[in-house]
Amino acid sequence: MSLKYITPAERFKKYLPKDYVELVDYGPFGKTQEEAGPGNMGQFKELVEEHPMCSGCWMAYYIRLIFASLPNPEDTVTLGTAGCGRLAISQAAVPFIYGNYGDQNAMASGLTRAFRLRFPDKTKDVITIAGDGGTMDIGFSMTMHSWIRGEKFTTIMLDNEVYGNTGGQSSGMSPQGAVLKMAPKGKDFGKMPATELARAAGCVYTVRMSPTNIKKAAKIIRRAIFVAREVGPTFIHAYTSCNIEYSIPTHEVFADAKAQEKDRFTFEEYMTDEAKEVIERVEAEEKAARMARKAQKTEAVN
Amino acid sequence: MSPNPEKKLEKTLVDINYLLKEAPREKHFITGAQAMAEAVKRASVDMAIAYPITPQSEVMHLVGDIYAQGHIKEYYRAEEELGTMSAIAGAARAGVRLFTATSGPGLLRGLEAIVSWPGHRVPAVLGILTRVINAPLSIQPDNIEMAYMMHCGAVMLHAENQQDTFDFTLAAFAIAEKVDVYIPVAVATEGFFVTHAKGYVDMTPEDMALTEFDPVAAPVPAMDNETPPARIQRDAPVQKSNFMSYLIHAVWQQEIWDSNKRAMKYIYEYLGGPIEVKNPESEVFLIASGCAAAQAREAWRYAQEAGLSVGLIKVRAIRPFPIDEIRDTVKNAKSIIVPEHNIIGWLCKEVKAAIPNGGIVTEGPRVYGGMTLPVELIMKEIHNSLGLEYDLKL
Ligand code: SF4
Repeated sequence: MSLKYITPAERFKKYLPKDYVELVDYGPFGKTQEEAGPGNMGQFKELVEEHPMCSGCWMAYYIRLIFASLPNPEDTVTLGTAGCGRLAISQAAVPFIYGNYGDQNAMASGLTRAFRLRFPDKTKDVITIAGDGGTMDIGFSMTMHSWIRGEKFTTIMLDNEVYGNTGGQSSGMSPQGAVLKMAPKGKDFGKMPATELARAAGCVYTVRMSPTNIKKAAKIIRRAIFVAREVGPTFIHAYTSCNIEYSIPTHEVFADAKAQEKDRFTFEEYMTDEAKEVIERVEAEEKAARMARKAQKTEAVN
Repeated sequence: MSPNPEKKLEKTLVDINYLLKEAPREKHFITGAQAMAEAVKRASVDMAIAYPITPQSEVMHLVGDIYAQGHIKEYYRAEEELGTMSAIAGAARAGVRLFTATSGPGLLRGLEAIVSWPGHRVPAVLGILTRVINAPLSIQPDNIEMAYMMHCGAVMLHAENQQDTFDFTLAAFAIAEKVDVYIPVAVATEGFFVTHAKGYVDMTPEDMALTEFDPVAAPVPAMDNETPPARIQRDAPVQKSNFMSYLIHAVWQQEIWDSNKRAMKYIYEYLGGPIEVKNPESEVFLIASGCAAAQAREAWRYAQEAGLSVGLIKVRAIRPFPIDEIRDTVKNAKSIIVPEHNIIGWLCKEVKAAIPNGGIVTEGPRVYGGMTLPVELIMKEIHNSLGLEYDLKL
């Protein structure tokens, strides 16, 4: 079914909102990454267009990137929790489940297993996208246990190092010494070692990054999803600054992300041998498909 | 025996009417925990998620065993109750039939997720094997936790004994999945008193089970990216603007409580109604649910032997509460006694609110903290109500 579930009957099209019809006609559903991936953002109907996040919010940019990178948007379900991020995620044209505080990974466990029961021969991608508070504080136990159980889905943590939505409280992922609400004298312990915890808990692919390079970020997101399908839990820890709470002027958001990339968010990628095999296989297949398309095009021109 | 989710047993699938009303039955002497698990075995459950707490554990152990035997397709032990209840909510979105159970403190721990189930249209069945909450910690049976469940919109049934536990649990799946209901159904019964004690249960054959879950026959399609038209954002939080937010939330909640009310016709269909009445012409009525109903029944029997004008109303459905049925039955009563297994008297409050002359209701007798309810306490209240002396010897 997949694509069919969003495709309206031809005769019905004229009664549907224009936005919807454009999504079906010009959106990334059923398209390749060259046609509708991050490299072409702005040139196709994106899955997230409008969102109510702050101007310059780096998290909003990264969320847009996640949706443009999905290998299978027509068969993807996202789950999230309270926080700024879900304001954008919930407006994407991909099913989104909002449960309770921090329980996204527990819900995803049930969802993923039930999908495998109902559709043993189909690929349904399940991705949790939550902030640092939802993933590492209130949802900590549920996040950890989903990894320990080896649940096959991708966890993406949007680390803005603060509770943006509730007004700037310190989180377990805020840097030591940061003066934030509920840490009025400065946070007295360091960032929780998220990727280390993930590896210890059994994630087979983990990445820590500051997503300044669009192509690289897209590649990582896809790798995490491909590996989760076949091998086990995958985790992306991405720096997505909160320019409001950390007072980063909008025009300096990118520079800040660049600076963090050289400092606390140096690129770190880990994969098990099994994960590596999947990545190599999938990327070789993608490359071959790309070459074949290219050859076809050249042939058509000649 | 190793768990084998692939294993499929040969079963005859039948509809709930046949299963509950016509299917042959055989008498077994089993515990309440076994009765609940045996119902789950016959309900074609796709997935069960477990987390231990006394006295519920027995139920989910047995459900684990029946998973290992191939009666259930998927089963796992979750991290704690919030994780369990959230996973149920997640799995429900994928369109499968679900069961879990909990007790007292576990119910409270999972309550944040449970209370969102009706709004999320999760048609799961939740076993509540009641247990003391509050401090000091105790593992004894006491049903105060049901008071916390009463306001979330879920349908709630209260089983008196092992037989009820079997029948109510089986019926719960059918009720939850009706298109005009489609909210969770909780089946409560007293921990230990019922779960760990044996009673006779007339059971349907093991190789006969309920027709399978149909995710398409739902007021909201599963979030499986399969069913047109696309339901892209059913579960997004409603916070776009204050006006829209309150409007949508209010309408949504009204629909949930309407769904709850619509469950009543199925409670009639499958359980013969929300109440059971003995001696409707009596002056004095005992109204009780769950285990207290068993003791009220015993007191009622003593009263019959003594030739006293005493009636009995056993309440099977706590939500929807049988307001009309109770009001109608007690319209000529002079006094009502409500024995309960909790300190606050939630059933008494419900009964008082249901009738125009709440002053005729005697609060109690109540036992709590896991004590058994001596029938003599109920007898004393009956005698008081009739203006008779009673020599209470406990
Ligand atoms: S408060 Fe911070 S994280 Fe939230 S939308 Fe604004 S900039 Fe982004």
